[in-house]
Amino acid sequence: MDDLNLSKFCIRLGDHCLIMAHRQSELCSKGPFLEEDIAQINLGLDLLGQAEALLIYAAKLEGKGRTADDLAFRRSERQFHNFMLTEQPNTDFAFVIVRQYFMSLYLLKTYQVLAEVEDETLSGIALKALKELTYHERHLSMWILRLGDGTDESQQRMQTAVNELWMFVGELYEEDALDLLAQQASYAPKGEEMKSFLMAQITAKFAEASLTIPESIYMTTGSKQGIHTEYLGFLLTEMQYLQRAYPDAKW
Amino acid sequence: MGAEELDVLFQERIDANDKIEPRDSMPEEYRSHLIRQMSQHAHSEVIGMQPEGNWITRAPSLRAKKILLAKVQDEAGHGLYLYSATETLGISREELIAKLHQGKAKYASIFNYPALTWADMGAIGWLVDGAAITNQVSLQRTSYGPYSRAMVKICKEESFHQRQGYEIMASMANGTPAQKEMAQDALNRFWWPSLMMFGPHDSDSPRTGNAMKWKIKREYNDVLRKKFIDKTVSQANLIGLTIPDKDLKWNEAENSYDFGAIDWDEFWSVVKGGGPCNVKRLNHHKKAHKDGAWVRKAAAAYAKKQATK
Repeated sequence: MDDLNLSKFCIRLGDHCLIMAHRQSELCSKGPFLEEDIAQINLGLDLLGQAEALLIYAAKLEGKGRTADDLAFRRSERQFHNFMLTEQPNTDFAFVIVRQYFMSLYLLKTYQVLAEVEDETLSGIALKALKELTYHERHLSMWILRLGDGTDESQQRMQTAVNELWMFVGELYEEDALDLLAQQASYAPKGEEMKSFLMAQITAKFAEASLTIPESIYMTTGSKQGIHTEYLGFLLTEMQYLQRAYPDAKW
Repeated sequence: MGAEELDVLFQERIDANDKIEPRDSMPEEYRSHLIRQMSQHAHSEVIGMQPEGNWITRAPSLRAKKILLAKVQDEAGHGLYLYSATETLGISREELIAKLHQGKAKYASIFNYPALTWADMGAIGWLVDGAAITNQVSLQRTSYGPYSRAMVKICKEESFHQRQGYEIMASMANGTPAQKEMAQDALNRFWWPSLMMFGPHDSDSPRTGNAMKWKIKREYNDVLRKKFIDKTVSQANLIGLTIPDKDLKWNEAENSYDFGAIDWDEFWSVVKGGGPCNVKRLNHHKKAHKDGAWVRKAAAAYAKKQATK
């Protein structure tokens, strides 16, 4: 992969992390109890750190003089490539857990592959992130069990979250030209491989948690072309406000 | 042994600078004083997450966002140590939170002021955490062991918080005219409420007597307030910001600053619920607690099922 494509690849991954970090940071002071408040902030901090490392590297590879902050705060909706799943709001704690659980599996698999690449910057980022994601997946899957197999109310809330978020899972194993380039260079797993990993993990966990995967429903697509749900615009408006309002300022 | 003898023995231990531990005998008033003070401290850490949490999603750089998020996480952690330390006195966290929600327990009034601009993140770190550290450093020597140990741990992190706040103020004060204006405005709004954080004059503080006798409190409010002013004025001068007090002047004889009168009517009004954000802060906490009820219930139900498997 040449530098420009590798930069685009890092931006995609960085965008997933950045947008999820934003959603996680919205939870601050809203946790169901203090220990979990701290844990959810922790997930956000890890993702933010990954986003920063990936965007710094993407900016460097791109070589146009942009910084990681320019990438985060000066691009518009159609230039973001995060999965639509990542931008879905914190409707309730069940939505947070289901969204983050699906993404933790995706990131685990992604970083496992990236940890093996020759590019030392990327393998370094991936190795550190793998340790973090191993914890995330463990923490989130415990909540899948507790809430799926907790009370009737928690089971219903979890099933609702699963039903509403399932349409965004298809993007996690979809492939476009950049993915194919990344796969040829062994930077990414094949779409089929990602899909079977996700399905195997989710199916097993859901069976234990009394949750069901919805019957075949419409799977959304488009984030790789910068198509999003309506939530992203509001998210970016909030996130980018200071940089946009005071373009000459340094913070 | 009679209650009076016990009190004499207790006071002897305090005078000898012994640390009091959870299983030790202690006067009931000592215990209730600590529960009130420590839970107020814990609630302050937790309620204090709100004004800063409110700016994490709008932080102007990835670095600033990361630092602020980590800082707010630290505050939550401090809340946790302090609740745990308070629980050693024989009261549960649930009871402490219920008292907060009923308005029977307080938190630091400073958090009843709104965080309006990014510069407020600087002012809160620099002034609010700065004032808190001045107080907490003295509390490292408090007589109750678990409280003292929590303070040692907390002080280490708070000094990092203060530097983070000062760094925001310094970069804004040296930034564009709009940034400098924001920085000065934040200092103007947070200066007096920060001085109020040390509490009323000792002569007007009914609980100071016992607190000093039992070495729960180690320094007088007015002494701590002066210490804070002396160190902060030079920090403001260094970055070209002006302390909003026309009566502030250096007193050579006392080797300290003289400062203007604090508006104690405002202080008492905010303490009694009349601040701009009192209702909002408490409602936010109540709502999070209520919204989380089904999660806590499910976790308990799951744990019970696992235990009987």
